[in-house]
Amino acid sequence: MHIEGYIALFWDSLKRYYINPYCITLSLSELRHSASLANKVFIQRDYSEGTTCKFQTKFPSELESRIERTLFEDTVKTLNNYYAEAEKIGGQSYLEGCLACATAYLIFLCMETRYEKVLKKIAKYIQEQNEKIYAPRGLLITDPIERGMRVIEISIYEDRGSSGSSSGSSSVSGSTAR
Amino acid sequence: MKNCEYQQIDPQALPTPTPTPPPHHGKDTEKKKEPRRPRRKWEVFPGKNRFYCDGRIIVARQSGVLPLTLGLILVTSGLFFIFDCPFLVKHLTSCIPVIGGVLFVFVLITLLQTSFTDPGILPRATPDEAADIEKQIDNTGNTSYRPPPRTKEVLINQQVVKLKYCFTCKMFRPPRTSHCSLCDNCVERFDHHCPWVGNCVGKRNYRFFYTFIVSLSFLTAFIFGCVTTHLALRAQGGKGLVFALQESPGSAVELVICFFSVWSILGLSGFHTYLVASNLTTNEDIKGSWSGKSGEDVTNPYSQKNIFINCCSVLCVPMPPSLIDRRGFLPTDESAQTGSADIELPTLAAKSEINVTKPESVPPCVSDHPVLTHCSLCGVSLCLRPSTNTRRRSVWTLLCPALAD
Repeated sequence: MHIEGYIALFWDSLKRYYINPYCITLSLSELRHSASLANKVFIQRDYSEGTTCKFQTKFPSELESRIERTLFEDTVKTLNNYYAEAEKIGGQSYLEGCLACATAYLIFLCMETRYEKVLKKIAKYIQEQNEKIYAPRGLLITDPIERGMRVIEISIYEDRGSSGSSSGSSSVSGSTAR
Repeated sequence: MKNCEYQQIDPQALPTPTPTPPPHHGKDTEKKKEPRRPRRKWEVFPGKNRFYCDGRIIVARQSGVLPLTLGLILVTSGLFFIFDCPFLVKHLTSCIPVIGGVLFVFVLITLLQTSFTDPGILPRATPDEAADIEKQIDNTGNTSYRPPPRTKEVLINQQVVKLKYCFTCKMFRPPRTSHCSLCDNCVERFDHHCPWVGNCVGKRNYRFFYTFIVSLSFLTAFIFGCVTTHLALRAQGGKGLVFALQESPGSAVELVICFFSVWSILGLSGFHTYLVASNLTTNEDIKGSWSGKSGEDVTNPYSQKNIFINCCSVLCVPMPPSLIDRRGFLPTDESAQTGSADIELPTLAAKSEINVTKPESVPPCVSDHPVLTHCSLCGVSLCLRPSTNTRRRSVWTLLCPALAD
């Protein structure tokens, strides 16, 4: 029937947003049962172009044995592009700024801002990268928004081989899909 | 992908969902093994801020003279509408209260937005981050005394900028960020802490602040002009100013307030217009960071050398998000053995929240939230808090079959 097909379609797309975090959570706990957190690497911000959000693409030495340099650089460059898109000043942002000013900025209460839309895309991208590239190599990227946009935190897991109790490292947080 | 999600959820392990939460729970809920209700991040925020409406509104701990500001604006505008508008509508035009009303509403809204918005507070560094930074700098490993102030130099647009290490927040402050001692927070693009507004002025609320002072200067000038016209019209025909003031005493109060405030507010607006046009902050201007006082050839590395572009990059840049995630839930500490941990994922502030839990236990917030439901199909407990986006709430009840009653 028409309504059930509609519901199934909606359910599918919603799962991608809301149930997927559950999926990541379990794969995180799987990681924790079979691996322990060895180290964390922090990719710092690159301020050479001002205060716009940009991360350094320098390849950290701790990841040399874990992941290819090109994959890592691709990830960081894509993230930098997303942030540049979020903060871009162009014709559309002028229009939005003027409209917002005319309404005494009340539209910020009703509408989702452009930055928030891009942040959602970034969260999805990071989740995808974690699933496809980083988790199979025992790495996990944390969304920079959870660290105040200061760093990209990459957690390095070591394979323990035995499933003991979880290491209780509550400092690791999963990426979010918003 | 679909198979992956369903396989990981074991339906047998799901608890019987409680259809309705118990309406009255006394002290025994605290004695239960389950932890207390999940707390939001604003409840453990380390800075000196106060939160209202469950984290939606943030103000500095000392409200400064915000009540005085509000009082002055309300009193002056009230007197204007009561005493001056009737006379001016009769003798001049009825546009006057309309313009006055629009300006008044504008001023009030932008003032409240400036006071209640997160100015761009940077969350403090996590212990891991702080340790990593310490490792990079500290060679001796002796942490028993406070090390000398640390700085890091970066090159921004061919200009050397020194980044200072913040001992409170345990991180190197990004450029243009400053630590406000009144609020005990690092604020991005810190302009100043405004006592009239009761909050810091930083990256996220600078445009509200600027609009506030510009519209306030228009409002003050407008009221001043109208009151002067009113008194002049009343004093016509040789009746004298004293007679006019006696007839309309409120106008005297307005005249005094407006006369003294219009100069300072106009001056402030002019000053901030200059700052916006040259992409400077009050903090930088006062310290003379880019004025080349020391004789070096320093220029403002953030200025685009074009007034229009500078204005747009300050006022029209897309609104940055709040980094402190006031309404996100705190991650609970994981228990070691059964893995019945609640892994709570932070979400964007003021949007809908979801508690995703392992299937073994119904999360503790079930009993607290009257609008929570637990989906037996997917093991997801949904805290359907009343949010501004009510459409999303009804979508959930529509789409999840188990919630559909």
